[in-house]
Amino acid sequence: MKLALRGARLVDPSQGIDEPKDLLLENGVVKAVLRPKEKVTGAKTIDLSGLVITPGLIDIHTHLREPGYEYKETIASGSLAAVSGGFTSIACMPNTDPVNDSPSVTEYIFKRAAEAGLAKVYPIGAISKGSRGEELAEMASLAESGAVGFSDDGKPVMNADLMRRALEYAKALDRPIISHCEDLNLAAGGVMNESSVSTELGLPGAIGASEEVMAGRDIILAGYAQSKLHLAHLSTQGSVALARRAKENGAKISCETCPHYFMLTELAVKESGYDPNTKVNPPLRGEADREALIVALKDGTIDAIASDHAPHNLSRKEVEFLIAASGISGLETSLGLSLRLVRERKISLSRLVELMSVNPAKILGINAGSLRPGCPADLTVLDLEKKWKVSAKNFKSLSKNTPFDGWALIGKAVMVFINGNQIKVD
Amino acid sequence: MKLTVKSLIGLRDLSRPEIEFILDQSESFKEISYRPIKKVPTLRGKTIINLFIEPSTRTRTSFEIAGKRLSADVINFSPSQSSLSKGETLSDTAKNLEAMKPDLLIVRSPAAGIPELFSRSISTPVINAGDGFHEHPTQGLLDLFTVKERKKKISGLKLAIVGDIRHSRVARSDIYGFSKLGAEVTVVGPPTMIPPGIEQLGCKVSYHLDPVIPESDVIMMLRIQMERGSGNFLPSLREYSRFYGLNLKRMEQAKKDMLIMHPGPVNRGVEISPEVADGNCSVILDQVENGVAVRMALLYLFCGGADEVSA
Repeated sequence: MKLALRGARLVDPSQGIDEPKDLLLENGVVKAVLRPKEKVTGAKTIDLSGLVITPGLIDIHTHLREPGYEYKETIASGSLAAVSGGFTSIACMPNTDPVNDSPSVTEYIFKRAAEAGLAKVYPIGAISKGSRGEELAEMASLAESGAVGFSDDGKPVMNADLMRRALEYAKALDRPIISHCEDLNLAAGGVMNESSVSTELGLPGAIGASEEVMAGRDIILAGYAQSKLHLAHLSTQGSVALARRAKENGAKISCETCPHYFMLTELAVKESGYDPNTKVNPPLRGEADREALIVALKDGTIDAIASDHAPHNLSRKEVEFLIAASGISGLETSLGLSLRLVRERKISLSRLVELMSVNPAKILGINAGSLRPGCPADLTVLDLEKKWKVSAKNFKSLSKNTPFDGWALIGKAVMVFINGNQIKVD
Repeated sequence: MKLTVKSLIGLRDLSRPEIEFILDQSESFKEISYRPIKKVPTLRGKTIINLFIEPSTRTRTSFEIAGKRLSADVINFSPSQSSLSKGETLSDTAKNLEAMKPDLLIVRSPAAGIPELFSRSISTPVINAGDGFHEHPTQGLLDLFTVKERKKKISGLKLAIVGDIRHSRVARSDIYGFSKLGAEVTVVGPPTMIPPGIEQLGCKVSYHLDPVIPESDVIMMLRIQMERGSGNFLPSLREYSRFYGLNLKRMEQAKKDMLIMHPGPVNRGVEISPEVADGNCSVILDQVENGVAVRMALLYLFCGGADEVSA
């Protein structure tokens, strides 16, 4: 079946396109990029006038909680939340129960994702067995089953030698090691950024250096191993500076940050009156960090925007800030928040599409992030002028933990196509 | 005068006139504890819940005595575990307590922010009896009361707070209280125990005790505990005592009328030597005594007692 998408502005940085184009889809793949109103025969037409088509957005860092924590999120609810947020593909972290450290778990994730039939789900395998940081997981078997990268996200690999071996081993698999940069000794007990704000609130803090020393360590190890390293959720000015210098020296690293790090600062903890929805790991940082991240998103130091979607049920969140779980349910706000950067002219729309689609596809080595003829017909349709309000209680995610509840945003995904199948979004 | 706050969460939230008003009120309650029958009917029929989620003897007892001397019904509630929640959310817990219609909730918690969260989720007023490393406003007020009683003023005095400032809610409340009333506050301790940005609360910082002693009018020694936090703050108590302990030798450099305070419990021989703790300059027991008077005033003010009396 042929589908002609008419009247939209096509923004596809993988082809250097940002202009009105029509798009012809056939049998789930992109058949052709057309001039506006260019004639085709036998195609059903969908009018997308006034809207923007981008390659399907990819969230490189989510937590789907299944298997093991289905009361927080399931693969089905998470992929529905993804689609609602404009994502056609998501990569999910292995910190489930059991940990995704074996092909059977990876295969289970694929099976559940196929049953849900929404966003494409790409599992990330564990670096170490049980993510215990003691011995390597069977990374080659995981890769063979379809794992797109390796991470012990949430549990940093504290043993530098194990990290070295993981980076070396992954070279044969041509997949990235994704580092959650956190020195657990330095960060110990910290529940927010350590600064005058944590001093005033009387909460134990974690200094930015607890992230930076690990980012530095892993950049050095990846340089030695000549292996692909992806730095997850960078949050500090110092980490950005390390990454920038490494890239200038030709290191094969890539980096991500998350909307909460460039939209909020540690002051949110104070202003919300200790609301645990502002508790996230790494913690919300200072204003200088926030500004440095925006510069890095613009100048290419940071390659990707990730939601770090971390759903938590109420009883793990609405407790003392000190003991509350860290994380934000982010799939449904990530795009809307990031579009603010475009509206405020901090980055172009084309750059946003690089950050949220083209680059995540490259980092993970997946067949996505482009609408060149022959590519899968995964695309996101945006209404840049649509005004909407974040409503946590209406999240498709099972978990409603967000510090952005009630925020007024402009710009939203109104539909996605996955393998050419149209899914409308409210 | 009426306080602008519904709850007493911290001295950060009070204005100078409000703090002075509370201190004035406290004075009139002190005398009650000297009567042969130490009970007045002021809060008869009022219910006060003492919710202590962290072990405490003196603060809890002080609040309980204050309530009983005012004829309130005081209920002590001390869950055995350090977290409030047993699967329910904090606002559930707060609303359950509110449903029993107390007139005042006194909350002590190891987690900063709990009194504030409670106060926000229910209509019952809350008095913070110490939350994490955040604030301990009733201690701050009784410290102010004790100094004012002895020195007849706060403004212009120099106060040194010595010890583990990082983990001290007393230090934070004292910094706010004394600086708002015009005193000059210096916090003293090894750099590992000085949290970043503490100056912004209204104090100076010194890493050395000896130069601070001669100029101080009041010195507040904090209890030192090795087990605080994740450790590595101090090599040993012995070394701490040598460089930051208040002993007779250091007292030779002090003004003759310098007041020595301690929020208790005292580690004799660590932050303060026994001779100094029991010496003429020490007002440590005055603090305990005044704690009852200050808390009586606060219970009266926050239980809505003020409205009824004036009516």
